This record gives sequence, structure tokens and C-alpha cells, in this order.
Amino acid sequence: MKVKVISRSTDEFTRERSKDLQRVFHNFDPNLRSQEKAVEYVRALNAAKLEKVFARPFIGALDGHIDAVTCMAKNPNNLKGIFSGSADGDIRLWDLATRRTVCQFTGHQGAVQGVTVSTDGRMLVSCGSDSSVKLWSIPDETVMDTEGSSSDSPKPLADYVRTNPNFRAVDHQWDGNLFATAGAQVDIWDHNRSQPVNSFEWGIDTVVSVRFNPGEPNILATSASDRSIAVYDLRMSSPARKLIMQTRTNSIAWNPREPMNFTAANEDCNCYSYDARKLDEAKCVHKDHVSAVMDIDYSPTGREFVTGSYDRTVRIFEYNAGHSREIYHTKRMQRVFCVKFSSDATYVISGSDDTNLRLWKAKASEQLGVLLPRERKQHEYREAVKNRYKHLPEVKRIVRHRHLPKPIYKASALRRTMQDAERRKEDRRRAHSAPGSMPKESVRKRRIIKEIE
Amino acid sequence: MAVEQENGDPGKLRPTIEEDISEEMKIKQKKYLRGEGANLEVLQDKKLKGQLAARERLFDKSAMIAARTEKWLMPTEGGYMEPEGIEKTWQIKQESIAREVDISSSKNQYDIVLPELGPYSLDYTSSGRYMALAGRKGHLAIIDVKSMDVIREIQVRETVRDVVFLHNELFFAAAQKKYTYIYNREGTELHCLKEHGPVVKLQFLKNHFLLASMNKFGQLRYQDVTTGVMIGSYRTGQGRCDVMQVNPFNGVVASGHSGGTVNMWKPTSGAPLVKMLCHQGPVMSLAFHPNGHLMATAGMDKKIKLWDLRKFEVLQQIPGHAKTMNFSQKGLLASATGSFVQILGDLNGSNKYSRYMNHSMAKGYQIQEVVFRPYEDVLGIGHSMGWSSILIPGAGEPNFDSWVANPYETTKQRREKEIRSLLDKLPPESVMLDPSKIGTLRPTWKKNKPTKLEREAELEAAVAAAKSIPLKNKTKGKNKPSKKLKKKYEAVDRAKRPFLEKQIEEENPSKKKMKTESVVDDELPKSLQRFARKKPAT
Repeated sequence: MKVKVISRSTDEFTRERSKDLQRVFHNFDPNLRSQEKAVEYVRALNAAKLEKVFARPFIGALDGHIDAVTCMAKNPNNLKGIFSGSADGDIRLWDLATRRTVCQFTGHQGAVQGVTVSTDGRMLVSCGSDSSVKLWSIPDETVMDTEGSSSDSPKPLADYVRTNPNFRAVDHQWDGNLFATAGAQVDIWDHNRSQPVNSFEWGIDTVVSVRFNPGEPNILATSASDRSIAVYDLRMSSPARKLIMQTRTNSIAWNPREPMNFTAANEDCNCYSYDARKLDEAKCVHKDHVSAVMDIDYSPTGREFVTGSYDRTVRIFEYNAGHSREIYHTKRMQRVFCVKFSSDATYVISGSDDTNLRLWKAKASEQLGVLLPRERKQHEYREAVKNRYKHLPEVKRIVRHRHLPKPIYKASALRRTMQDAERRKEDRRRAHSAPGSMPKESVRKRRIIKEIE
Repeated sequence: MAVEQENGDPGKLRPTIEEDISEEMKIKQKKYLRGEGANLEVLQDKKLKGQLAARERLFDKSAMIAARTEKWLMPTEGGYMEPEGIEKTWQIKQESIAREVDISSSKNQYDIVLPELGPYSLDYTSSGRYMALAGRKGHLAIIDVKSMDVIREIQVRETVRDVVFLHNELFFAAAQKKYTYIYNREGTELHCLKEHGPVVKLQFLKNHFLLASMNKFGQLRYQDVTTGVMIGSYRTGQGRCDVMQVNPFNGVVASGHSGGTVNMWKPTSGAPLVKMLCHQGPVMSLAFHPNGHLMATAGMDKKIKLWDLRKFEVLQQIPGHAKTMNFSQKGLLASATGSFVQILGDLNGSNKYSRYMNHSMAKGYQIQEVVFRPYEDVLGIGHSMGWSSILIPGAGEPNFDSWVANPYETTKQRREKEIRSLLDKLPPESVMLDPSKIGTLRPTWKKNKPTKLEREAELEAAVAAAKSIPLKNKTKGKNKPSKKLKKKYEAVDRAKRPFLEKQIEEENPSKKKMKTESVVDDELPKSLQRFARKKPAT
């Protein structure tokens, strides 16, 4: 007879000295864990609730300007520096870590309409409604870190005044010496020239925004108040393509990960993602705002973008989602004129009418600071388990819920009723007209009037 | 071994070794896969199909990793007993086992004789480290079974019918003469649960933190021990019942009644989930296999039945009485009656239980309860003269998981685990017969209406069937051709009738009903409608 029974000696299963780590053992046998699916579901539910509990996106306000913040620019060479221009002609460099002004650039007579930084991070270009373009040299990082450097305000390196009316936007080329200003026409400038090297004019109305393509340095997109979006190629003498929509586009942002795509922030409360090679149909319509979208900026990951709107909210969208993932608002925040994603994709900065810049987390419930490996693992587990059960009604309800300010809630309800009514009317019209005379048009095409080559 | 010896021709052999290993791994992996993967071929949405296929691959991979790491993570080997020659396993006595095994294991064989306080019922914690004992005459004790220390012993001076540990060894509940009490490890009375009444049988649902009790009047009660809320209180309506067991797989409580039925209950409904007639005569005892698919019942009709709970079918009938039964973690079934314990086992993996071991206590001992100790090859027996413990090789799971139940738990680990298990506490609604349904969507319920053609075909078939029925020859005068024809027509009409009725009903659904309702609505305000006659007499 051979007999063996389970026999464990305590020494093998406990630690030797009190300084040692406790010994742990694993047995993944499903029979040992009863009702594991139910337990997992409960964990998913708790994860969704915890996410809501920890959702505190607002980090702080950057106070200092004495008029509305009209434009912002991030420094590609410095993670914590951000430039902001205000309507009183003041330009400030902020340190995001300490949330203080590091440097002030004074000189503009009217409102600053656009600021941008060269790719090497040495040159700041600003333009304003005083019809001037100014070039500034950016102080070193070391100066930024020292205290009290804000006392001596730097003088502009160059100051070019044009005769035609005010500038509306400026953007610097990625990897090059050129920058473009938008106003009555699109001007292309060189750092070393006092006159524009090139000018484009297409139509008669003011160009309101300009943005260079991050992948192809010679391509830029502009939007104008004649409701058009135009794509220019600097290597050609004439503009390349133009698209006319039903409402004006306020701002444009290129997707840095897929540089042929751009998203346009439109006056009709929506954002439209386009493929620059195929402008006859939008790739995606991002709805949710209840007033004109004023500015848009892509995350460096290219997977999401942030928008600021005239309805006093900031929203974050996935690049391919029809509705926003997140809405940020505070009682004191007024009309948002400019938004930026930070270069590490973890923060969002918004500048608004109430003279403040506001710093937000890109993920509302993210824990800031260094995470221990076990903490990180726990966060990842929660995320995964929530993702697994996200389609179930109980989890979905909690994950989707956002508190909205009353005016926005009401305005969105009103918008919905109006849209429903419009759709119903159209359906009835279609039903009572000759078959085929009123073809159904998709939302992605409906707002486009025409495309011009 | 044979493969290693023939290593002279590696080119030929290597693939076969790999195949062998992969085959072996496939078998091991199956345990971790938790059933078959979804059938993706029927899906039409390509994107969804791709996502699900990726997920299936992930499951496959993780199961394979679990199978591969088995040899490092699970160091302990399970127990076994192999007879030699003409020896049979059931002939082997405890004494001869004691001679073969090591000293520390043979310490697990003992008899504690406490004749005055007898019959004892007992319970183990989920890790198998601690044992709670309740003598009928009021003796309560908590014992650390590993070191055989008595942690606390109290005498409550009244009848104690059952004892059960709550989520860890710090708390236990005892069903006493009038009420149920909750004590802590030091023997301090924490709560008196008066609402439960004179409880006969107690059970604790670990995942839900529910204390289930069955009292003398056949009332089943569920109480949440974290909040103290009474979740459910239901009458079984079948008289006194002292057979109750939790199915660890899904948390369903089963109770065996004197009418021979076994009812299965969930905390949120007063009607049983399942009513099954298992025996002719009272049900004596009940036990669940840890995988939840097998139930053993024993009745006064001298039968022990093994049921497949997926089909609710009898798998096997074994003759014999059993006052108490229990399944071990590895699936051995212990049944005891009088002073005799029998262990049945599914020895050759054919799902047929057969004799594995026997054990006879001293004559006159009346066994009250048998419970296998988790993670050990030990069977605890509570009887009229105290309690005993015997060795059953191959009964327990050899490898424990520190995060599920750890026999070597420190205080800190215990506290940590308490918090974790409280965070993962399941709501009482999650008790259901098939727990894998949780987290899935309800299938879209479509009523398949037969098409017009199908309905017509059905009607024709019915008519044809009615026509083809041969008519019997009747007595003279009733057998005229005209009468025969008339009868045939009648039969056809009768066959057509249900179809026509259905058609009429569909064409004008409950017009009558709507009409009567509207008439009443018009005449009277809602508060007075209940006084109105359905057909006013004119």
C-alpha cells in the first residue's frame, strides 16, 4: 500500500525572519473562486463609481491678465512654459508648475490676436489688431526658473507694421524659418525679412485662422469668415483647395498622428474632421457643444482633442467619436477663446473671457504624481474591468453621467427638440414628395456647400 | 522516462516530445479556460468579430500561462492511496494509514471524548485553519486545528443546535435554544438575532455576507451581517426542516423537506427557484460538489442519489442511509449514519461514485456531522461522544491561493482580506442558478409569428387530417351516407375552428375589452369605477 497525505511544514509557508517578505502562493483553479464573474462585475461597478468620486479635473487658475485671454501658444521645447496674449496687448509667459508669470512681453497697442513659437523654442511671434507683427526672443529656461525675472520686460527683436487692417492669427511652420499670418490675406513671412515672402488671397473676406501641417511643413490650412476652409501649398503659387461650409469655421487643428486629417471648429456648435485629400465629406462630426466652438487643439497622441466654446465649457473628444468624452466647466469661467493640450497629453489649458487661464487634467480622475507599481497596477485593473463591462446599463449609466450647468442642460435639450422637429419635418416632406426627389443626405455632407479645386 | 532514454535520434524524436508537451498543456489549460469560447462564425459584424477574436486569443493565452506556471506556483502534491496486490482501498484502516504517513500528518487522527456535552456539530473556516464546535448541551469552542490550541471555550448553558463561522475566524454564529447569537473569537456575545426564531440550521454565504437560517417552523431567513438588514424572510411551507446547504458555486440555498422534496432558494424571492422531488420519504441530508454541478441527497427510503444540477437528473443511485454528507474539495463524498462513515469517490474519472474508504467509530457513537477540512486530507466528525478527525488521502486541494484562503494568514493579511472581500461583496440579487449569466445581455426576445403561408399550410394539414379519420360503422339507421358526410363536415369544422378564432382575435384585438373600459371611463371618475357594475341592469 502506498499512501500520501497533504503535509505542509509551517517553515515552508511562512517567512523566516520578520524582515522578510511574506510568502504568497497562487492557484488559479476556477473552482476555488466561486462566483468570480459576479465579483468581477461588482468590481467594475465599484471602479466606475470610484472614477466618479475621484473626478476632480480642475487644478488651478492662472490669474494675471487684465483683459480677456485671446490666444495661447505652447513652447515645443519646454513642457511647463505657455504663452498667452490678451485683449489689452499684453503677452505673458507662464510657468505651469508654479502657476505664475515668468515674463511679460509688452509692446502691442491693441489686442493680441495670435502668438506662436518657433520649433526650436527661441523665437516668439505675435500679431495683433494694431496691424503689427512682432518677433521676440524667448528667455532661457534657466532664467525662467529663477525668481524675479519678470521685472525686466524684453524688447521685441523686430516689429513689422502692415498697412492693411488687423491680423487675426499667426502660426509658425514646423521645422523651418517661415511663419504665416492671417488677416485680409494670408502672408508668409521669414524670420529675417521685414516683408512677407509670399501672399495668398482667395476671396474677399478676412482669414480668421491659420495652421501649418505638422507632417508636411509646406502645407497650411486656413479658415475665413466667408465660411471657407482652404488648404494651401507653399510650393505652389496659388492656393490648392477650398471648401465652403454653411457656417464659419473659427479654428483648425491638424491631427499630429495622422497629419492628412484635420478637425475644424465650427460656428454651428459642431466640429468636423476632414481628410485634406478628400474634402467632399467629413470623416466625423463631433457634436455636443451648444454654442459656437472657438478653438480646438489636438493632443500630441492624436487620439483626442480639446475644444473651447462660447457656451463657457471645455470639452474633450475622441478623434473618432461623435460625442464628447468629458466636459469641464466652472461657475467663474466665461466664454472660452483658446484651449491647448499640454505637450505631454496630461493637461489641458483654457483661456477665457474672465482674464484667467485655467489648468485642467486631461483625464478627470487621474492621480497626479508618482505612482507606486502596485497602485498603477490597481488603476490598470480597474480600467480594464470597467472597459469589460462598459456595455451593461448599470455601469454605462455611471460612466456616462456628467453634471451640466443648468443653462447648458437646457440649451442642449432645446437643441435636441429643434433638431428632432427639423428631422421629422424633413421626413414628412420626403414622404409626400416624389420618390427620389429628396434624397437623404448624411450629416457629414449636409453642412458642406461646395468644394473648389 | 522512455523518451529520454531513446535520445539517440533527436531529429525524429524532438517534434513528438513537443507534441506530447503541447497535448499535456492543452489538457491542463482546459481547466483554466472556464468553458468553450464563443462561436464567432455566426457573427456578421466584422469589426466586432475581430475584437472578440482578439479577446478570445487573450483568454487562450492567459489560460496557457496559468497552465505553464502550475509547476512553479503549485509546489505541493496531492494525497493519494494506492493498494497493492489484492488489497482494496476500503479495507485499509486508519491505523495502517497512521503507520505509513509522517508524524505531523498522523497528528490529524484523534478522538476527543466529551461524553456529557454531546452530539457535536462543527464548522471549518474557509482556509481550514480554525474549527468551531458546538455541543448540544451548550459547549462552544474555537480551535486552531493546526496547533491544536483551544482559542476559546464557552458554556452557554442552553441547547446549541448549530454553529457557523462568518467571513473569518473572528466571528461565529451559534443557533441556540431560542435565538441565534453572534460571538467574537473571545467568546463575547456581539449580537442576539431575535428575528430568526429558534433556528435549527445555519449557513453563511461568504461572497454575499449573508447569514441564512432555517428555524423550527420552516422559515428561511437571510440577514446581511455587514449592515444587519434582513434581506429576506420566507416560509417554506413544508414543516420543520433541518436539512439545509448552500451551493458554493452560485450561493443558492437548498433545503430538504420531510415530503421528499428539495427546494432551492434565492434571497430575493419567496418562491423557490427549483422544487424537486428527490425521495419517497423525508430527505435526510444534502451536499453540494464544489464545482456546483453535482448534488448528493439521501433519504429515508434508503437511497443516496447523485444529481446533475445542470439537467436536474439522477446520475447515480447508491443504496444506503446517510444522516450527514459532505463533499471534499477534490470531490470525495463522505456520508455517515450511526457510527459508520463511508467515503465514496469518483475514482476512475467515469463520474460513477464507488466505495473508497470506510471508517467505523466505537459502537454507540452517533455521528451528528461530517465535514471535510479544506486544503487538508482530513475529515472532521462530530458525534455524540465528542469529535474525531480521520485521514482521507486525496480529499483536499493541495495548493492554496494566498488571496483566496490562506491557512498561514497573518493578522495584517487577514485585515487586508477582510477589507477586500467587503469591497467585493455581492448584492443578494446575484444569487441565481446560473451565475455565468451575470454581465451578459439579455437575448433579444422575438416572437416568431408564423407567416400567412405557414398558417394556411397548417390549416390545410389539420383539415386533411380531420378528413382522413376513418368513420366507424354504426348501428342500422345511424350509418346512412348522408349522416356520414355530415359527421365528416363537422370534424373538418372542428379542426378549422381554432385557426379561425385566432385569426379573428388578431384582426380586432380585444375590441370588446376596450369598449367596456372606455364606457366605464366616460361615465365615472377613476375613484368610483370600482363600484360600477360590469353590466348595469336596466
